[in-house]
Amino acid sequence: MLRYTLKRALSLGLSLIVASLVIFFVIEVVPGDPASFMLGLNAQPDTIAALRAELGLDVPKFERYLTWVGGMLQGDFGLSYTYRTPVTEMIGDRIWVSLPLALYALTLSTLIAFPAGIYAAARRGKAGDMAVMGATQFGIAVPNFWFAMMLVLIFAINLRWFSAGGFVGWDKGFGAAMHSLTLPAIALALPQSAILARVMRSALLDVLGEDFMRTARAKGLSRRQALLRHGLRNAMIPVLTIIGMQFSFLLAGAIIIEQVFFLPGLGRLIFQSISARDLIVVESVVMLLVFLVILVTFLVDLAYAAIDPRLRART
Amino acid sequence: MTLLSVQNLSLSICPTPILKDISFTIAPGEILAVTGESGSGKSMTALAVMQLLPDTTETCGQILLNDSDLLTQPEANLCTLRGNDIGMVFQEPMTALNPLQTIGTQVAETIRIHAKAPKAEAMAQAAAMLTRVGLPQDRFPLSRYPHELSGGQRQRVVIAMAIARRPRLLIADEPTTALDVTTQARILDLLKDLVAEFDMGLLMITHDLAVVADMADRILVMRKGEIVEQGATQQLLSNMQHPYTRALFEASGHTVDLPALQGTPAPILTVQNAVRDYALPRTQLFAPRAFHRAVNDVSFTIHQGERVGLVGESGCGKSTLTRAILGLEPVQSGQITAFEHPVGAAMPAALRLKTQVVFQDPYSSFNPRHRVASILTEPFHLVQNPPKGAALQSLIGEVLTDVGLTPQDAQKYIHEFSGGQRQRIAIARALITRPELIIFDEAVSALDVSIRAQILDLIADLSRRHSLAYLFISHDLSVVRTVTDRVLVMQNGEIVEEGATEAVFATPQHSYTQSLIAAAPVLPDLVALTSKTETIYDPA
Repeated sequence: MLRYTLKRALSLGLSLIVASLVIFFVIEVVPGDPASFMLGLNAQPDTIAALRAELGLDVPKFERYLTWVGGMLQGDFGLSYTYRTPVTEMIGDRIWVSLPLALYALTLSTLIAFPAGIYAAARRGKAGDMAVMGATQFGIAVPNFWFAMMLVLIFAINLRWFSAGGFVGWDKGFGAAMHSLTLPAIALALPQSAILARVMRSALLDVLGEDFMRTARAKGLSRRQALLRHGLRNAMIPVLTIIGMQFSFLLAGAIIIEQVFFLPGLGRLIFQSISARDLIVVESVVMLLVFLVILVTFLVDLAYAAIDPRLRART
Repeated sequence: MTLLSVQNLSLSICPTPILKDISFTIAPGEILAVTGESGSGKSMTALAVMQLLPDTTETCGQILLNDSDLLTQPEANLCTLRGNDIGMVFQEPMTALNPLQTIGTQVAETIRIHAKAPKAEAMAQAAAMLTRVGLPQDRFPLSRYPHELSGGQRQRVVIAMAIARRPRLLIADEPTTALDVTTQARILDLLKDLVAEFDMGLLMITHDLAVVADMADRILVMRKGEIVEQGATQQLLSNMQHPYTRALFEASGHTVDLPALQGTPAPILTVQNAVRDYALPRTQLFAPRAFHRAVNDVSFTIHQGERVGLVGESGCGKSTLTRAILGLEPVQSGQITAFEHPVGAAMPAALRLKTQVVFQDPYSSFNPRHRVASILTEPFHLVQNPPKGAALQSLIGEVLTDVGLTPQDAQKYIHEFSGGQRQRIAIARALITRPELIIFDEAVSALDVSIRAQILDLIADLSRRHSLAYLFISHDLSVVRTVTDRVLVMQNGEIVEEGATEAVFATPQHSYTQSLIAAAPVLPDLVALTSKTETIYDPA
């Protein structure tokens, strides 16, 4: 297990190095010089050169890469070109919206998907299965912003249980903050849970066909016991893979939902920074997201090994 | 006293009748063998007794276990019976265990769900049961996972699970079919001992009459869902009433008429001191890699038209050696020469065509989306000037006729053929390049006995007509004995014995060969059996 963990950790480190190189150089070759963009069309060349020097854009690329990476390792992401404020602060404000929102949505999605998937698999081909499958079909087909608008219409405008948008901040207390994230989390979770329920169902159905499930029944376990004791853990590998991918999506891909609910999240930050050619912010946020995604992949890998003894034994 | 009594059991799955009016009984301590070819309903009979049939099954009749009818029991009662009163052992030990749980947990589970015993006590009982089936705790602790055990060891775990509650009836569905001969002999001995020790009834399903003849008290022969014959083993075998039983028996012991070898032909394949190593995973992060020597210093020669057998247990290096001969894997040292050219990537295509291979599984070794014609002509992709048009069509027709099919079959898809026919197509594919050497890699192991007999006849016939040389790889000693002139016995990557087939089988020299031959189940000699029963039952 230790060797497996070390190997995965090594691969995590290498992925991060490669990712930082790719992100930095891809963004560098994107057309559009931040300095000339900030100063407008009528700027004098010497003003632009002065701004470039001030922003540190005049030093060689590789040197800038090293400064950028070195800074990040110490928690310093540099200064935003447009706002002249530390990027660390800008990210810090927003990650405390995006990260809890993603975790909240993922928890909801798992809580809906697991029972639904297990129920459908246990009743394969029967009415219950068809109902769940129909509902998931609907969940996948309908875009999440439509869900978001419906939720606002019903729960904010008509019932007035939630506010229609905005984030109250963590200083108002955990309950209040979570309350303001609830509608966005549901809107994000519903389509994800539909996908996850389907994966859960098909993974379980695969496992139900395995010989050891028949052995479990021959021991005297009921269908339900066999499914829960022997089926579920064996079906977890594909389900975990999807959960890992969904977390990555929820973290960065919540931009539309953030717009609908006026949430100051990472998605909006990255969108605004791209429009403003604030490359240092774009680079940093993308790098942070990549780090989180790779970290999640690493954790999913460790979870695989915790589930499956054969992976622990392998190199 | 009867333990299990099945009366007029009929069973159908969505109109298709599976079992028709089956009746039989098992007494405590009795071994009843159910035999027949695939599709005869053997396994369905076992699953019916377990009441683990598919949901859409319709049954009528009675299955009485100690006078209570299993067919009318509610599912909750059946759950308390399964594992407690009826245990079951399955065919495939590699997949019958949950890969994510330790063997201790899995054996203890049977005890815990029925005895409601605390975990520690169930584990202690599991340890005792595993020791009883030959997995002592010092070598096989409860914390082992299934993937850390061999096939035979896993089957012992499955048996321990099935007998943990000392059930009155044990059902074993082809319990040794997936195992090597020596392992098979040990597992059969274990089952026999357990039946005697626990006074269990054993319902044993097997397609292998030789296994049956050796251990069953009574035999029941099934065909297409019906019982064609049943009776005490010796009486049934010495006085087979039904033609199907006789046909089954004859096919099991089928010998082919192999044409004699002529003169001293030239060698076509020479293997000299071949060595093949596989790197093992590192045990520690910076430790040097260890190697597993799969083929160790193997040398032999196959001459023109010669039929050579290669026997040995799984893992002995047979398949590795085959891949090396086919040039699919390099050897680390030594040399393999075919048709006077070293085997490998540099071998000219024309020479490569002279060696062909037939694999074991006729179901998975074809592309299901190709017609037979394109499957057959696949080897020609290697050739620079492949036959085309009418020449190709007549060649396809010729090889199909050669293997007992018709030229019209070329336009069909593979799913339209039975297992035996598919194996004929596999042989046709090998024949189409007019090879001089064919490697049969367990080519008849997946087939029913009657089909196997036909394929063996076909192989002998082809060898006569085309003076083919072949290397026949099999774990089935009786088959190797009839279709080869010379045999190589392989153990742990080495050839431990080599000689004329009859001589090796009659007077094996190496201790490993002796143990292999001793472990192989043999069909009883009918003549001796008949005279023996006659002396017993002769009223004079």
